[in-house]
This record gives sequence, structure tokens and C-alpha cells, in this order.
Amino acid sequence: MVDVSTFAGGTPLHRKVQRSLRLQKLRALGLIAPLLIFIMISFVIPIGDMLFRSVENQLVSEVLPRTTSYLEAETIDDHWEPPNNLFWHLYVDLAIASEVKTHTRVGSRLNYEKTGISSLFRKSGRSIKRFGADEYQKAITKVYPELVSVESWENFLSENNQGELRITQAAFDFWKESLIENDKFSEKTKPSDFLFVVLANDIISGNTPLAKELLPIVTDLPQIKFKEQFLAIDEDWADPSIWRTIQLYSPNFTNGYYLNSVDLKKGADGPEIRPENERLYLLIFSRTLFMSVTITLVCFLLGYPIAYFLANLPFKQANLFLILVLLPFWTSLLVRTSAWKVLLQNEGVVNDILVAVGIISNLERLELINNQTGTIIAMSHILLPFMILPLFSVMKTIHPSYVRAAKSLGATPWTAFRRIYFPQSIPGIGAGSILVFILSIGYYITPELVGGTTGTFISNRIAYHISSSLNWGLGAALGSMLLAVVLALYWVYDRMVGIDNVKLG
Amino acid sequence: MKFVKIPALAVGCLFVAHSSQAIDLTVVSWGGAYSKSQINAYHDPYMELNPDVNIIHDESSYEAVAKLRAMREAGNLTWDLVDAVPADAIRLCDEGLAMEIDVDEMLAPAPDGTPASEDFGASLVSECFIPQIVYSTTLGFRTDVGTWNGNEPDDVCDVFDLETFPGKRALEKRPINNLEWALLCDGVAKEDIYDVLETEEGQNRALAKLDTIKDETLWWSAGADTPQWLADGEVVFGSTYNGRFFSLIEEAGQPVKILWDAQVFEYDGWIIPTGLSEDRLAVVMDLVRFATDTQRLADQAKYISYGPARTSSNALVGEHATLGIDMAPHMPGHPDNAYNVFFFNYDWWADYRDDLDAKFQAWLAN
Repeated sequence: MVDVSTFAGGTPLHRKVQRSLRLQKLRALGLIAPLLIFIMISFVIPIGDMLFRSVENQLVSEVLPRTTSYLEAETIDDHWEPPNNLFWHLYVDLAIASEVKTHTRVGSRLNYEKTGISSLFRKSGRSIKRFGADEYQKAITKVYPELVSVESWENFLSENNQGELRITQAAFDFWKESLIENDKFSEKTKPSDFLFVVLANDIISGNTPLAKELLPIVTDLPQIKFKEQFLAIDEDWADPSIWRTIQLYSPNFTNGYYLNSVDLKKGADGPEIRPENERLYLLIFSRTLFMSVTITLVCFLLGYPIAYFLANLPFKQANLFLILVLLPFWTSLLVRTSAWKVLLQNEGVVNDILVAVGIISNLERLELINNQTGTIIAMSHILLPFMILPLFSVMKTIHPSYVRAAKSLGATPWTAFRRIYFPQSIPGIGAGSILVFILSIGYYITPELVGGTTGTFISNRIAYHISSSLNWGLGAALGSMLLAVVLALYWVYDRMVGIDNVKLG
Repeated sequence: MKFVKIPALAVGCLFVAHSSQAIDLTVVSWGGAYSKSQINAYHDPYMELNPDVNIIHDESSYEAVAKLRAMREAGNLTWDLVDAVPADAIRLCDEGLAMEIDVDEMLAPAPDGTPASEDFGASLVSECFIPQIVYSTTLGFRTDVGTWNGNEPDDVCDVFDLETFPGKRALEKRPINNLEWALLCDGVAKEDIYDVLETEEGQNRALAKLDTIKDETLWWSAGADTPQWLADGEVVFGSTYNGRFFSLIEEAGQPVKILWDAQVFEYDGWIIPTGLSEDRLAVVMDLVRFATDTQRLADQAKYISYGPARTSSNALVGEHATLGIDMAPHMPGHPDNAYNVFFFNYDWWADYRDDLDAKFQAWLAN
């Protein structure tokens, strides 16, 4: 019997087919690879990065590891008093952080949540050098003069640490690591003086053989009272709310930015609503949605008749008018927006004409700019072509014979339009509306220029947090919320109209 | 053949030697008339003295903080020297993005030997900040408003007086300066303002004062807005930087006057980004030392009406380079103008900026 699946050469047929199919697939993949890579780099990775930043919060526990792990077990209420031990941990953390200048970064991070922490950290980092650690350094290096280099510290620790110098070892390692990580470590680096305080502390509390020599010396030194020292820098260190903020923002990931972006804040017992005079983002989100919907509607009302008119013109004339529609596209966005400023302002062309014609008096000039009206007018103008073009190309495909047939069967022009023409143009309306809406919801420059205080979008706040306040986490959270809103609306649209029912031509 | 080769090699060596010395520095500033004044007063003379240095101008100071942070995250620093306002300098310093400066070692002393730290005095607001100029944010008004019946504002609080001085105002779209002026005009003594503003009641009090003119106010975010609005008659009274008023009045000839009362003194200066290579840093330091010496700072005032940050430069301020006007009376620090000055508290705002900005924006949006 002949095996039909075997060809000359002995390769089974299905395998040959598979191989050629695989080759085809690879070739297809190769063709789209440039686009795929481009989309990955310019779209997927940035969005992933944004989503990550909106929850990421490693800085606090990275810079203050001892303090944050100590605080983990504490329940901080309004009467809580920071224990002495906590300041000891804070001292070690801050001594290292101030050497690599990360304390101010934590300060500004936490200042977004609680006003005053920024300068508290800045001040404390500056003053921490004056706690008296140099005395310890002097006294100990008198006995061990070699302890002035990093290398001899390493040797000293490896020789003497049988577990009793655990804390010193950890502090030393973390100190060195932090310096290396921040490019501050070089051959010239000297061991920091706070390390001698840590060493003295280990000698007093443990029973290391070193104690024989060193104990009398270090117990002779004036004891550093960390709590008193910190409170002398700033009394705010006694304030439980400062410590609670550090505690709330110790975890590596936080929902704090998202809470902020819906006008809530992290409290001791879960999310709390912000006081009324700090609520901002929900208002701006709803304004953004309202204005985007209005702009889409305005574009539809203005664009539909124009598209209808264009679609029913002879080809040559339609082309000419299409160029007129496209003309604004070729003008700079800034020029168009500035032109609207000239037209719409109080002493502008529109108001001047209205006054000259006598429709309004000179004292009741209309406020057409630096508010929502300005944003809606200017953006409707800018986005109008995005409505007209899909409408036009869909209307082009509606054959006139349908309307003619309806009329010949007795429909009035209005009925013929309503029942026959309009339903066929819906895919164009869908495409135009989605385009205009999605473009407008993320618009930035026009609202910034003509929006005043009430006509700005959420994107203007995002820009503020990215470029000015440097609160990138909050900016990312607001951006992610915007993305979520767009996706949710897209889903609603798909359920209601059906995304298959959208045509660009 | 040998004879041909040797000169060619020599020329080659020369070429290599030359190109390894030549250095391109990217200096970032604000653009416009301000950048021009820096180019005229600092960069061009420096390049003349040091033909190996080529200064490239970048006008990105308004987004310097964000860009420097992005550069650090990308690990690719492309800027060598950045012009920044103190608030940004403090932020950059906190973030470890700007280098700390040893003022007396790195900057030139005054001609009489006064150390730089003393000569710059109060303008050294952050460890990372190298001051250049003093400017002020102050108010100006149109002189031809019919409804004012010939009255002219002479007090900062006139901006809140809608009865005597009706018409639209222009104020900056941020809490800074506005809250201080509001409290000042609500009867708070100058030295108590920041203490009052620290409390919730104080903040509400300031916003309540601003409420009285909120409907009559346009809020600007670019320095060019107020001059343009004043010129168009959109507003009759508004705040902006004193240099903008100078060009509006002296260069554009508009009927506008400056109200110097309670002008808010602010500084502007350089920061050096952290992470420059050693040889680049050496050149940048040399440029900074040159550009912030007494003569250079005085020279800048020929091109723009911002005062030098050094005390010793003030005596050297001369005439405007093209207009031929004596510049001293146009400086914010001139005795005729500085009769009532408000000093801005940078440290305080570094703490309160995030919180108050949120409150201010919420107040504006409602």
C-alpha cells in the first residue's frame, strides 16, 4: 500500500505544509515587526511605565529602612509619643541619607502628603552632623588609628564581628552600598563619623572582646540624646501626624496617588474624604467630560450639514471645498488659537462688531474667552475637520437612488432623510464623534491658552504635576484615570452603538 | 615620500589636539530678551576670551526641573548650565540634581576684595543657587482709564479697590504673591504674613480677600499675558515682571505706569547640574566665575531692566545699550522704587507650595 502522506524525499506531507505555513507566518511577522517594535517602544512601554509610577513608592523605605521597619509595628494615634529608640534608627538612616543627599528627596516626596516635611528633612539632614559624632570618632581612632580608611574598617569588622557587631556591620554595609549606588564612593572616601557612634553603641550593648579596651572610653564620652537633638532641630519631630505620614507611605506600593486623584486621602483607618477647599480633581474630570461632549456635539451640528453639502457636490467643486476644510490643518495650532484670542476677547473683533451693530451696549460686552465658552469655541474649530472628513467619506458611499426611491414611494423629503439617509450616515457620525471626543478629552495647549480658570482640562493639571510640582506619581495616576475613563466610554459606546458600526469611508 | 608624510602628520596632530580642546557647552535659559541680555553680557565676551568654548543656547528653563529629572532617569545629561528661579533651584537641590556651591571659593570676589558670599548677601537662597539678577513682580496700570476720574493707584491695596478703580485685573495664576498681597491688604503686618498664612484661617482669609476681585480678574500664566492685555485694554491693572513693564512702557510706548508699592523681590540665577564630567565641570565653573563677576552682572543691566544680584555691581549700572536711557531708575532696587519691598520667603514656599497650590486651584476652579 502506498502511504499518501509521504512524498518523494520521505517527508510527511502535513509536516511540509506546516513548515511552509510557518515560513509564511514568520515572513508576515517580519513585515509587521518594525511597526510592532515601534508601538512597543512608543506606546506600550510608556503606558506601562505610567501605570507603574502611579503606584510605585519605594523611595521612603529605601532611604529610611530602619525607621520604616520600626514604625511598622506602631499604632500611631494623636496621643502617641515617638519613643527614644525610634530617633536612634532615624539618626542612622538620616546620617547615611544626608551623605548621599537622598533625605531631601524623601522630604519632597512626603511633602506632597503633609506640608512641612520637606523643610523638616532638609533642616535635619543639615544639622545631623552636629550631634557630636566627631567626638566618638576622635576617641575611638585614638585606640585604633587605622580606622580612618574604608578598607581598614572592613578588615576590622571581619576580624572582630562574631555577631556582636551585627548592627555596626549592617550600618556600614548599607552606608557603603548607598554611596556606591549614588556614585559618591571613591578611593578618597573616608568612613563617616556616625559609624563610630554605631560602633560605640554595639560595644556598650553587646559583650564583644573589644569592650575590654573600648568600653571605658566610650562610656566616658557624652551620651548623645537623639530624641532631644532631633526635637531641638524642629519640634515637629514630636508631632504624631508626621510619623503617621511616614508610616502610611512606607510600603513599596501605594494607592495614595489614586486616592488623591479622586479627592480622597490616606488616613489612619483607610481613605478619608478631603476637606472641601482641597477638592479639585473630580470637578476637573467632570468638566473635562462635559466640555468634550459639548465639543463633540458642536462639531457634529456644524459638521453634518457641511459634509452633506460636500458629498452632494460634483467631484471638482467638492475637492475645492474639501481643501477649504483642510486649510486650518495646515495652519499652526498656536496661530489658530491666538487668532481666537484676538477675535473673542472683551475688546476683540466679535464684541466690537456686536457693539457697533447695537446688539449689546459697550458696558455689557460678552465674556467669550478665558472661560469654558472660549475653550469650546476654539476647540470645536480646531477639531471640526476630524468630524467632517469621516462623515464626508461615509456620505459619499450613500447612493442617491435610495433617497430617490423613498421619495418616489411617497416619503416627504424630511421622512426620506430621517428614515433612509440619516441611518446610513450613522457609521460616519460614530467615527467622527469618537475621533473628536478622544482627541478633545486629552487636549492640552488650547485650553491652557483660552480656558482661563473654568475652561481647563485635566491634562492641564497633569502637565503641572509633571513639569512643575514634580509629583510624577500623581500625574501618572491622573493620566491612568483618564485612560480608564476613555476605555470605559469606549466600552459603553461599543455596547450601545457597536464598534463594528463605525466607518471611516 | 618622507617629506610629504611628516607635515601631514603634524597637521593631523594639530587638528586632533585642537578638536580635543574645543568644547561645546549647552547653556539653558528662558529665551527672549532675557536670554539675549545674557548672551550679550556673558556668553559672547566669554567666547571671545576663550575661542575653544562654544556656547549653545537652549530655551528650556521653564521645564528645567522636569527635564533634568528625566535626564537623570535616562542617565544621559546633555545640559551644562541652567538658569533657574530659586524655587526650582531649591527643588533641584533637594532632588540632588543640582550641585552644591562653595560661594567664596567658586565665585569671584568684588573688585574691592569683598568676598562673594558677602557681596551676594541675601540672594544666596539655596546651597545650589548662584544668583544673577534681582527682578520684581509688581503691579502696573493704564493711565488713561476714564472711569477712574483722574485718580491714580499709589498703594498695592488699590488693586482690591473696585470702587475707585473699576475694571479688569490681571494676576498670576498661582498662589505665590497673590496670597501675600491679599493678606497685606487685609491688615496683616508685613512681618507676620507667613505666620498667618501657615494657618487654615489665614489661608481662608487671604482667599476671601481675593474673592472680592475674583470676578474681575484674569489669571495669567505667561509673563507676556499682562503686557498684552494692558496694551489691548483687556485689563486696566495687573501684575507681571518689572522687565516686561519696562519694554511695554519704554519700548512699546504704551500709556502704562508701574506701581512699585509692595513689589515682590525675586532672584534668578544659575544652577550647575550634578553629574558633569570633571573637564566639563572645570569649563562650566570658569564660565560661571566670569559671568557672575561684578562687571558682567552690571553689563547685563544694559540690555534688560533687571538689577544685578551683587551689591558691588549696582554702582556700575549704566545706560541701556540701544535706547540710551539711564537704567538705574528702572531697576527694582533703585531707592525711588524700593521704598516698600516685599521679600519672598523661598523656604516657606518650598514647604507650602504643593498644599497651597491645590487649595488655590480648587478656589479658582469653583
